[in-house]
Amino acid sequence: MRRALPILAVLVALLTAIALVNPHFLEPAGFLAFLKRAAPLVILAAGQYFVIVSGEFDLSVGSLVTAEVVIAARLIDGDESATWPVLVLLIVIGLLVGLVNGVATTKLRVPSFIVTLGMLLILSGAVFLWTGGAPRGALSEGFRVFGRGGLGPVPWSVLILVALGAAAIRLMRADFGKTLMAAGDNERAAALSGVRVDRVKIFAFMLSGLAAAVAAILLGGFAGVSAQVGQGLEFSAITAVVLGGVALGGGRGSVPAAMAGAVTLEALFTLLNLYGISGALEFTVQGVIIIAAVAAGAIRLPWKPTPRRGDAHAAS
Amino acid sequence: MPLLTRLREPTQVVFLALLGLVAVGWALVALDGGQFLTLESVVGIQQRSAALGIVAIGQTLAILAGSLDLSVAYLISLASLVAAEIMAGQDGNIGPAVAAVLAISALVGLVNGLVITGLRVHAFIATLGVALIIKGVVDHLYDGPAGKVPESFQVLGYSRIGPIPVSALLWAGVAVLAWFLLSRTRLGYRIYAVGGNEEVARLSGIRTGRVIVLTHVLCSVCAGIAGLLLASRLGAGAPTVGTDGGYDLESIAAVVLGGTALAGGKGGVAGTVGGVLLLAVLDTAFNQLEVNSFVKDVVRGVVIVVAVAVYARRTVGRPA
Repeated sequence: MRRALPILAVLVALLTAIALVNPHFLEPAGFLAFLKRAAPLVILAAGQYFVIVSGEFDLSVGSLVTAEVVIAARLIDGDESATWPVLVLLIVIGLLVGLVNGVATTKLRVPSFIVTLGMLLILSGAVFLWTGGAPRGALSEGFRVFGRGGLGPVPWSVLILVALGAAAIRLMRADFGKTLMAAGDNERAAALSGVRVDRVKIFAFMLSGLAAAVAAILLGGFAGVSAQVGQGLEFSAITAVVLGGVALGGGRGSVPAAMAGAVTLEALFTLLNLYGISGALEFTVQGVIIIAAVAAGAIRLPWKPTPRRGDAHAAS
Repeated sequence: MPLLTRLREPTQVVFLALLGLVAVGWALVALDGGQFLTLESVVGIQQRSAALGIVAIGQTLAILAGSLDLSVAYLISLASLVAAEIMAGQDGNIGPAVAAVLAISALVGLVNGLVITGLRVHAFIATLGVALIIKGVVDHLYDGPAGKVPESFQVLGYSRIGPIPVSALLWAGVAVLAWFLLSRTRLGYRIYAVGGNEEVARLSGIRTGRVIVLTHVLCSVCAGIAGLLLASRLGAGAPTVGTDGGYDLESIAAVVLGGTALAGGKGGVAGTVGGVLLLAVLDTAFNQLEVNSFVKDVVRGVVIVVAVAVYARRTVGRPA
């Protein structure tokens, strides 16, 4: 948990800064609206966490989100009765994409960076081939309620986020979490002590695919159908996880910290908006803060020049 | 020279694959009633691959040292804008413009390298952060194409000597320099050593930080050269020229297609050249067969994964 401390400090600082400009932010309604906006990224970060802690990458989640939203719009096409079957189908597609990513990474021994990069190309190509270049169709109201509506004052997306977050924490405390962590820390040692490394890694990729499916359902309802809905989400999710102090290369970090990283990233976006930093420069500030935050996390007190934790090889 | 024998392996595979692809492409296009490798299409292949090829050479250096660079795409856009703005259509400004682009690129590479080694930020995050910084600046200052490249500089993008475009010669020049650096100089051996095992390299007296910073400077300079090339082809600078080409992920894919290990320490420039040509030939075949551009993406994704899977099998098959 010590690695999570810097990110919590940054998060508190950002939330304070937001509250100073916008006092409404600390009221339940304002904060719930913020969490609702943050939910998709936080869920994606939780999914990405499983993959990263096992020592791999998942670059395909952004295009998977786009693909899921486009598929949902095309299949539902405004038909209310199609909502539930399509929701199930989206979850299955998410799990399936994760399965393929996982099997190609572990059984074919292709670095996950390349596998998921290939998957990114395949998904975006296939979806646009199917829709002929522009997304068509429309989502039903029943579908949109997950991203827009709520149970009383609490948005559905926040409830889903809490449920999935609790499940993720539970999962990491179970045997699966321990073996996953071991596989990411030292694959060979884990394998020699009886961990079925391939199996836990495949499962991690499936969890990431599942998270992308859920994020797509929320984003589709919240933001609507477009071909850009998932653009750049893979990098945001990985950044969020790393902001949470999770080491690229595997074996270090916790789920709550990764999710806190995602909330921090979203708080950063909100703050930049509030201070009226115009559209494009937002990226510049974001870049500086990400590097600064990760650098701050890498500095351990008392200062001593410890070797970098093999992270130059994380991509393998 | 055990290093060189080791390098030869994956290189051969990628060129075999290239030959196979040319044969298949030839057959398919012939069945379709066309001619595959006409002078025109060969020139096209060279021109199409030159910019990606130059970026991929730089990326090879970074990856061999165990790092990687995700900032190249935005740097290319920035370089094209800087070049076209400084040239402003005047022949006399070409020299200063090229110098400015190279200086800015080197500076970006220096920042990348120092953030990775000095601040101990993982290369993935460091270069992604720098990419965002450049993107913000470029998008803030420019909405569309800007500046003007004089006719005389457009020679770089369009003219050719016999069947060989000038841009391909530039690519070849960069490749030969990088090959010389990697196989004939001390820095080259150090790059392999650092990428192979940073800790061991440090313990053997290599200043690993300095090597990583240098590879990032060289990688960014390559991206700057690619930006110059694209500016000369467009006749202006464009804020989206780098990202539209997907040069960040595409260059990494080309390097890995060429048999260089993503973890660093294994591979070389020749393989990367093969990987870039492979992607270009694939593109040309698809264009001649008039395949839907989205199918291209799908097939490209499959080809990349399958190719790397084949390399992985080969390395498993023999004792390392």
